[in-house]
Amino acid sequence: MTPTLNDYLVLSAILFAIGTAGVFVRRNLITILLSIEIMLNAVNLTFIAFGRALGAVDGQIIVFFVMTVAAAEAAVGLAIVIGLFRHRESLNPDSFSTLKW
Amino acid sequence: MTPLLVAQIGLTLFVFVMLLNSAAVMVYVERKVAAMLQQRVGPYLVGPKGLLQPLADIIKLMFKEELRPRAADPLLFALAPIISATAAFAAFAVVPFGASTTFFGLLREPMRLQVADVNVAILVIFAISSMSVYGIVLAGWSSNSKYSLIGGLRSSAQMISYELSYALALASVLVIANSLSLSDIVNRQSGTWLGFLPRWFLFVQPLGFFIYMIAGIAETNRAPFDFPEAEQELVAGYHTEYSSMSFAMFFLAEYINMVTVSAVATDLFLGGWHGPFLPESLGWIWFLIKVAAILFFYVWMRWTLPRYRYDQLMRFGWKILLPLAVVNLLVTAAGVLYFGVQ
Amino acid sequence: MLFYLFGAVAIVASLLVIAQRNPVYSVLLLIASFGALSGLYVLLDAPFVAVIQIIVYAGAIMVLFLFVVMLLNAPHEDTEQDLLRIAGGRRSVAAGRVRVLGGVLAAALVVELVWALTKNGGESGVFAGGAVSSVRTIGRSLFTDYAFPFEVTSVLILVAMVGAVVLARREPGTRPGRSRPSS
Repeated sequence: MTPTLNDYLVLSAILFAIGTAGVFVRRNLITILLSIEIMLNAVNLTFIAFGRALGAVDGQIIVFFVMTVAAAEAAVGLAIVIGLFRHRESLNPDSFSTLKW
Repeated sequence: MTPLLVAQIGLTLFVFVMLLNSAAVMVYVERKVAAMLQQRVGPYLVGPKGLLQPLADIIKLMFKEELRPRAADPLLFALAPIISATAAFAAFAVVPFGASTTFFGLLREPMRLQVADVNVAILVIFAISSMSVYGIVLAGWSSNSKYSLIGGLRSSAQMISYELSYALALASVLVIANSLSLSDIVNRQSGTWLGFLPRWFLFVQPLGFFIYMIAGIAETNRAPFDFPEAEQELVAGYHTEYSSMSFAMFFLAEYINMVTVSAVATDLFLGGWHGPFLPESLGWIWFLIKVAAILFFYVWMRWTLPRYRYDQLMRFGWKILLPLAVVNLLVTAAGVLYFGVQ
Repeated sequence: MLFYLFGAVAIVASLLVIAQRNPVYSVLLLIASFGALSGLYVLLDAPFVAVIQIIVYAGAIMVLFLFVVMLLNAPHEDTEQDLLRIAGGRRSVAAGRVRVLGGVLAAALVVELVWALTKNGGESGVFAGGAVSSVRTIGRSLFTDYAFPFEVTSVLILVAMVGAVVLARREPGTRPGRSRPSS
């Protein structure tokens, strides 16, 4: 039984939801960034699966762009995390509420 | 079971055993060459000329007690040497080391002397060797010791920095060879220029070879770039807390990584198994000779040059080697555009 | 068959990533998940993307994460007691409620997406022939049709690099070591 496009899309949907849950549920900046990576990868899987289904190269190319964005996001995000940690010695997003009411 | 399958399994086992052997041989060679360079005798008691010294070393390591610091993370502490050794073995899988052969007519169609024939071989080697960082980083972190941690952090920074130059040096060869498959690249280096100069990519990419070798030494954490285990500063770096067989696995991984880097250098720059005097079917002898020469160079470097300072290493990697590699790639690409693919 | 193996590994590893309290384990499990995804890419006739996935994600981005986790050396997430100490009881209970709500929302999302996908599954069927897997084709397309986005990406990388350096740099003159704000 060969997997169909739909199977890949379902897998991707599940991974995306796991990433979303991670962002909502976890209270650790690093794990939240990791969850965002899971979501980006779920989207990558969709692109590749559609590219394969359409026999086009574009799906794979967009994945490269997504990877670049992910790398940039990780670099800036982690730099912010380091900066925040220096101020509060905590990775909990709830403890950075100085500018919030 | 078809004969081809049997031959493939046999070849895989053979490569595995030979990699283990190569590490043992390298231990002996390292000690002997170091002794020669320092005007000592080196190991001579165990076996004729000390040839059984590696065996004695292995037995000694096996009978040592396996220690683990109480504050260490048990799972990761056990996992780290396994990751290192596995990555080292796996990277060699896509390296071809001889021309296609039928094993003296035993097989119907010729088979490549290579464990796995992948058409993106170079990238696979690159991917697997980038995995070997984790073994070292995790060893450093899970030991819960400051020397290990500093060693692990140093090594990850060093390997990421030099990976860029390493990749760019590879890329300039790929541009010339117009292929990503290692067997294709080797086959493009057969024959000679002007009747005497072998068509090795070394002669069109001298700078690329230079960059590759320096980055390769840094990638394998060998002196003069052995900061992750600089013994004068960090006791033994990332494997300070390891003993017995888990230490042996790191040791094994380091030597196998050296062999892999040398084998890839031979395939990319030194014409692989092509050489004069020998028929194509015995090309693996040339391959072994070239790999041995590069390995000797490695050992020679280690016992000749003093260690750099860490900031010097980083400055050299980012400010000298990386720009050189970029310029080399640009010039190569321009040359290929101008002269056309050979 | 391989699809289900890789898919299961990806899902289980991702679930464990968000279930772990220790970020080092989270990072490692995420690498396992990326490895499984890379296997799926091979099944989808995209070996080049599969290898790049390992090199870029597992070999570079995750090393960066691991590096930061080790550098901060604050492996464990704040427990509920820590939250109470930081923010006072009322706020923590509210945060707990938000977390439960988040979990429910994510579960609703997966149900909704899967329902939408399986409602008319007949249309997509199995993959047709004609996969594009040659590196040459990808490169040609990347540097002709997608040349402009490619250049924009390089600017993005430069901006991210400068931004990261500026953000993570210690102010000159401050004492090395951790400093708490006086407030």
